[in-house]
Amino acid sequence: MEMELEIKMENPFGKIATLEKAMEHFHDGMTLMFGGFGGVGSPPDLIDGILEKNIKNLVLIGNDTGFPEIGIGKIVSRGRAKKIIASHIGSNPVAGTLMTEGLLEVEFSPQGTLCERIRAGGMGLGAILTDIGVGHDLVSKGKKTMELNGKDYLIEPALTAEVSIVYARKADPYGNLVFDKSARNTNPLVAMAGAFTIAEAEEIVPLGSLNPEEIVTPGVFVDMVIPSGGVNWKWAWE
Amino acid sequence: MGMGIDVRNRMAKRAAEEVTPGMVVNLGIGIPSLVPNHLPGGMNVMFHAENGIVGMGESPVRGLEDENLCNAGGFPVTVLQGSSYCDSAMAFGMIRRGRVGLTILGSLQVSKRGDLANWIVPGKKVPGMGGAMELAQKARKVIVLMNHTDKNGAPKILESCTLPLTASECVDLVITDLAVFKVENGSLLLTELFAPHTITEIAARTGCDFSVAEDLRVIDY
Repeated sequence: MEMELEIKMENPFGKIATLEKAMEHFHDGMTLMFGGFGGVGSPPDLIDGILEKNIKNLVLIGNDTGFPEIGIGKIVSRGRAKKIIASHIGSNPVAGTLMTEGLLEVEFSPQGTLCERIRAGGMGLGAILTDIGVGHDLVSKGKKTMELNGKDYLIEPALTAEVSIVYARKADPYGNLVFDKSARNTNPLVAMAGAFTIAEAEEIVPLGSLNPEEIVTPGVFVDMVIPSGGVNWKWAWE
Repeated sequence: MGMGIDVRNRMAKRAAEEVTPGMVVNLGIGIPSLVPNHLPGGMNVMFHAENGIVGMGESPVRGLEDENLCNAGGFPVTVLQGSSYCDSAMAFGMIRRGRVGLTILGSLQVSKRGDLANWIVPGKKVPGMGGAMELAQKARKVIVLMNHTDKNGAPKILESCTLPLTASECVDLVITDLAVFKVENGSLLLTELFAPHTITEIAARTGCDFSVAEDLRVIDY
């Protein structure tokens, strides 16, 4: 595989790797952030790699729990996560059952707030101030509030992770990424917030073939790029 | 029941009357997703999705779906000329900044003050709030489309919500299968009713008092 990659593509930054190499960065109990929204834009091969390596007790951070057999849902449904920070679990009934049985801790964060907390983590900030959820029993619970210019705000802590996994349409050898339509969703945010970020790309293109103007995630934030076999689950609408 | 148009579409058609040219509109799942079918042809409306689309068009024809082009509910959509993609943080920035003119949501309960409860039924259903809090709190106009009563016949429009709130005092207009209420100064004004329902019937199935508009409209489509 490595040989094959070398022949196909120059790897001047050493970022292009195999799924096997990528899996060396995963361990039980780790904090893992994932891109995707209802499974759209979640990296299929990395998710399968985590399942195959039998990684357990994950603390997941991402928009939602996907569907039972779609996206991160595949990991959640098999009980591999002990906690998830997400905005909803409604599309994955297994997640709801695990939560009710006390097998999965769920921290709900309003969707826009969650995105902004991830973005803040990726931007090297400590928290954000927002008036979403001020006075809301669950959302404001245990959080500090602050008055600024006569308005009340919640202090919502930034989120980062040991590893972030994202799904890109194209990556170049430096890890510059472009996404595909609505599969962009949380990926550019998640890509910035990982201490180590792995991008699974549908296509790896030579250096210089992406127009600098079109790059959505600069490769600075990406530590590893692996080729993707593409989505391997059946969508709910199919 | 009207002639030839089912209840859900009747509600959606009424909601469509609130959409004005050039508006940025975010639609929830369920009945709200029927609203675009009732807009006048050629009206320039930008439909917004929380995952990161502005300018959604109709559903694709079967077989032409793009798995990477879906609305926030995960269903395939198309985009119109002038559309754009963004990340989800920016999609919510548009909401919080007040750039989304209208959101049309479903709900479990609404109070007479316009409190919205649509994210949790404790001990039963805990789906999470998704983007509903931001939309309810920050869209410039919030319309709720829901059945007047729940499946046991209990009112969903109440003095105070019994379910945990998504956001307080945020709803501007409630459209049910029976009637249309405006939320004004902390109370409800019945502005319209759907034929053949009557004020007496609506009062019996509503969990709080309301006033009746002088120019009460009877909708007969």
